Amino acid sequence: MGRVSGKVAFITGAARGQGRSHAVRLAQEGADIIAVDICGQIDTVPFPMASPEDLEQTVKDVEALDRRILAVQADVRDYDAVSAAVADGVAQLGRLDIVAANAGISELGTPTADMDERSWQNTIDVNLTGVWHTCKAAVPHLRAAGGGSIVITSSGAGLKGMANLAAYVSAKHGVVGLMRTLANELAPDGIRVNSVHPGVVNTPMVQNDAIYRLFRPDLESPTRDDAMGVFTSLHALDIPWLEAVDISNAVLFLASDEARYITGVTLPVDGGFFVK
Amino acid sequence: MGKLEGKVAFITGAARGQGRSHAIRLAQEGADIIAVDICKQIDSVAYPMSTPEDLAETVKEVEALDRRIVAAEADVRDRDALQAAFEGGVAELGGVDVVLANAGIAPMGVNVRPNEWDDVLAVNLTGVYNTVEVAKQSLIERGGGAIVITSSTAGINGIGGSQPGGLGYTASKHGVVGLMRSYANVLAEHSIRVNTVHPTGVNTPMVVNDVMQEFLQNDPSLSNAMANALPVPMLEAVDISNAILWLVSDDARYVTGVTLPVDAGFTNKK
Repeated sequence: MGRVSGKVAFITGAARGQGRSHAVRLAQEGADIIAVDICGQIDTVPFPMASPEDLEQTVKDVEALDRRILAVQADVRDYDAVSAAVADGVAQLGRLDIVAANAGISELGTPTADMDERSWQNTIDVNLTGVWHTCKAAVPHLRAAGGGSIVITSSGAGLKGMANLAAYVSAKHGVVGLMRTLANELAPDGIRVNSVHPGVVNTPMVQNDAIYRLFRPDLESPTRDDAMGVFTSLHALDIPWLEAVDISNAVLFLASDEARYITGVTLPVDGGFFVK
Repeated sequence: MGKLEGKVAFITGAARGQGRSHAIRLAQEGADIIAVDICKQIDSVAYPMSTPEDLAETVKEVEALDRRIVAAEADVRDRDALQAAFEGGVAELGGVDVVLANAGIAPMGVNVRPNEWDDVLAVNLTGVYNTVEVAKQSLIERGGGAIVITSSTAGINGIGGSQPGGLGYTASKHGVVGLMRSYANVLAEHSIRVNTVHPTGVNTPMVVNDVMQEFLQNDPSLSNAMANALPVPMLEAVDISNAILWLVSDDARYVTGVTLPVDAGFTNKK
């Protein structure tokens, strides 16, 4: 008997990285999955975003676990598309119990006063408004199920400031306010709402030249090895990064009945980034 | 295969309530247990504290799960006694991987008793310090481990009333957060993780007793302050045990320095 057997989980940004890992981990514990991802590029994002083939791989990984999955290409900035994807998923899979609002992007690292308007707006649109869209679309279905668990992926940068990453940091702080508000609003319905705050995670959003440059502005063309020391210095534990499954294990815990009375919580899963 | 197969856990306040629940929950996942409890009354505490029979019941329940347990009566205020109890357990079960600093008192009541402040600080704060100090070398020698300190919603919020025991309770439960954060930083190099849990009211003898209920009902601002966001008046001990189990397991292998409310939305609602 899995820890989320018989439940259905809606996951945004599910084509790869943490989102795919959440889909696989929740499916391992018995959940069926509604997966959405933009599967396309946003031009202010300084690294390659997910592709349709990535989302197809998530489908394969979940189906290999004998769980059902409905995957839809949808942009979390487009409320109607998100809402239709959830409704379609609930129609096919029967219910909705778990939401992992995971889709997120980052902008090019830039001093705040020099950041261009579109970089700011795109990051806020995806990382903050997109999370609101995700919750807005999901809540009626959670109510219909008699309760549920929403987990919003914030960041270590949702609890601390970080230089040259103003839009990302602001949006990730913003979703904490959304989480706290929803936790209060939805508690009478038995819907729990929490945020997770990862440290550096070993995914394509982190492992790319733009992020290496953000953390090693002193070098012309820094490599992963050049960035490792800085990554390690961010954590109290002696690790350069966490793996996606570490975040998935936290999401799974919060989604499961083991956490049936945990709501309104900011949960760092960060190797000691916040405490350091 | 349990999540804690082959591990040893040191648990204070293990005779009953949350501590016993932790011992059982961790044993269900394969851990052996070193259990300590004072098993006697402290004069400033108006509700009945644990007894030797309570601790014997914890032993019985862990043994019924086919796990080993070494239980000793020791007061967390007494470093030497605690050290001896710890070493007695290690001698039988081997080095410790998990430490649960759970022992605590709540010397609140309608009538103030002498020494409330001193006693609650000594048990709830100095006792936690003693617990970690006694155990930490063993964790270092094991190459890592996990420590969970039981704080409270009163470790995040200014609740508990205006009397010495309630003020001390709130101060002590805030104090262990500072201890946790410092230990998380200084023990990280040894791969030892340190976190706190912050329960709201839990259905245990510390809360469900005539003295505490009279105290809470006597002051509506206190009983209102105890209202959770989720429609549940009180949690069960196993809810805290499940959070602790997650924190000490490899599922949380990189979680450290965290204050984790298990409080039905109490803190967020305030």
